[in-house]
Amino acid sequence: MSTAAVELVGLSKSFGDVTAVDGVDLTIRDGEFFSMLGPSGSGKTTVLRMIAGFEQPTSGSVHLAGQDVTGRPPFARDVNTVFQDYALFPHMDVLANVEYGLRVKKVPRPERRERAMAALDSVQLGDLAARRPTQLSGGQRQRVALARALVNRPRVLLLDEPLGALDLKLRRAMQLELKQIQREVGITFVFVTHDQEEALTMSDRIAVFRDGRIEQVATPADLYESPTSPFVAGFVGTSNLLDGGAAQTVVGRPGMFSIRPEKIHLGDDVRDGDATAPGVVQDVVYLGSVNHYLVELDAGPTLTVLRQNLRGTTDEAMALRGQRVTVGWAPEHVIELGPHQQLEKEES
Amino acid sequence: MTFSPATRVLLRAFTGLVLLFVYAPLALVVLNSFNTSRTFEWPPPGFTTRWWSAAVESDGARNAIVVSLEVAVMATVIALVLGTMAALALQRFRFFGRDTVSLLIILPIALPGVVTGIALANAFLTMFGIQLGMLTLVVSHATFCIVTVFNNAIARLRRLGGNLEEASMDLGAGTFRTFWSITLPMMRSALLAGALLSFALSFDEIIVTTFTAGQGIQTLPIWIYQNLFRPNQAPVVNVVAAALIVLSVIPIWVSQKLAGTDESVAAAR
Ligand SMILES: Nc1ncnc2c1ncn2[C@@H]1O[C@H](COP(=O)(O)OP(=O)(O)OP(=O)(O)O)[C@@H](O)[C@H]1O
Ligand SMILES: [Mg+2]
Repeated sequence: MSTAAVELVGLSKSFGDVTAVDGVDLTIRDGEFFSMLGPSGSGKTTVLRMIAGFEQPTSGSVHLAGQDVTGRPPFARDVNTVFQDYALFPHMDVLANVEYGLRVKKVPRPERRERAMAALDSVQLGDLAARRPTQLSGGQRQRVALARALVNRPRVLLLDEPLGALDLKLRRAMQLELKQIQREVGITFVFVTHDQEEALTMSDRIAVFRDGRIEQVATPADLYESPTSPFVAGFVGTSNLLDGGAAQTVVGRPGMFSIRPEKIHLGDDVRDGDATAPGVVQDVVYLGSVNHYLVELDAGPTLTVLRQNLRGTTDEAMALRGQRVTVGWAPEHVIELGPHQQLEKEES
Repeated sequence: MTFSPATRVLLRAFTGLVLLFVYAPLALVVLNSFNTSRTFEWPPPGFTTRWWSAAVESDGARNAIVVSLEVAVMATVIALVLGTMAALALQRFRFFGRDTVSLLIILPIALPGVVTGIALANAFLTMFGIQLGMLTLVVSHATFCIVTVFNNAIARLRRLGGNLEEASMDLGAGTFRTFWSITLPMMRSALLAGALLSFALSFDEIIVTTFTAGQGIQTLPIWIYQNLFRPNQAPVVNVVAAALIVLSVIPIWVSQKLAGTDESVAAAR
């Protein structure tokens, strides 16, 4: 393994009584697209700001490319940030904004121009170089912010919910574009988001934050398929928790388990070899290409079951409401979340 | 908001009345500067430009204007530097007693001029042993000029937040470079507005000036005050007043223009 791009050791930060970040240990590899996922207030931004140097940790240290940079100011660190509200300089035009970092580093004018224009072209904004930030749309501002950071060719790029202000369609498009840019430039991206779908689609690895700590670090597939805690199972996807007596009855042993909605078969779909449980369909939620069935098991808990609308009419699907059904799943799709963990209700 | 027709007529009449009340006397001053009568007879028996040429040739008036301009410019420059620094310090750093310091900076504008004047004169003469003169006058004016600059600067800083500065540092700019390239340009219109107000305050200040200017120095307001009731000088004073009315339009116009740029700053946030 090459040297880590970012290494956080026992990183903590308190604001007065509030502990925003509480003992975070994390290694982010070189060239990785790394996401920090977590509910609001879980400390993602604070960690990012400590990597950038805007915030001094209360304890612990930040290492960039093997060097301890904990005490260094932001301008002496080889990282750049894309801010959530973009923070473009309103008194400069787009080109001057993008050139700023190079001008500060005294890059000669012709080279500066060339690199800035190339950066703008790479985000398809070459034509708007002379505009002021106020004359741009949200998506365009977002691209300028990206170009302004990337033109410096930092070792690490920090992005704090950069797509938060965009509408869904533009967001999807930018997700793909960001991922593509990251592959091309090969810079390490540290991406903060509270959108689990976004994190799953874009990242090489994801750290799930909760109350200033990291719950789990894993690849998207591992995070989804083998979450190690009820919190992660609930935050990444819909979890369908079974614990206590229900676990004993349905799964056959004590502990805490989760089954993903798309892994559960309903009625006729139940296969040979499936573990089964009887229940009543409480509700059917029509979502276009798929339906969600809320099935209350006789054993207690309600499971969400996802079924694609491959056949049958919507009316037929809706008619299941109130019916007794059998649900089933392959035993290997039962995720064990650890035997004695206490489930806590978490609002995001 | 919508008004009934009757209310609307009433509001218009009232607005007209207020404007008339404010501007009729000013118009009279301008008109009287061309009045042939030395005692401002009404209606004017005839019109002349005699007083205007007399005013231009009056050494007293000319000197007084120069002194006033010098004092106002110097006090404003001091206020700009100190007021901006104070605003930056109070906005950026949290420290014990920050609100008290902020209040202390603003206080001079609320204190009666007589009090400030006596206090400053005493301090200069007894504590520091400085003769009253240009220096003491400028310093005294700066005490209340700082307030206007400080207020404008801190309001702008509050609205900007620290985000742009963080972006600048993130891109490799040090503290000084960030101040020069980002903070200062973003504050420019606020500082200009503060400076204009500060200049205007200093230019027509009379009470503090009376206590701290000493013998030899005559600012324009003091010169006007001393000459207003001399029959020979009254028309010349009137001319100076008329000229000042015309000149005051300039800063008002400039600050209106600045209000426009302020909006573009606000829109960018
Ligand atoms: N400057 C500050 N002063 C005091 N408390 C702060 C400060 N910055 C953050 N906090 C607190 O620290 C905690 C973590 O905040 P942080 O901004 O890191 O959360 P986040 O995970 O980025 O949330 P979000 O998804 O809403 O952006 C919160 O409880 C927040 O109120
Ligand atoms: Mg945040």
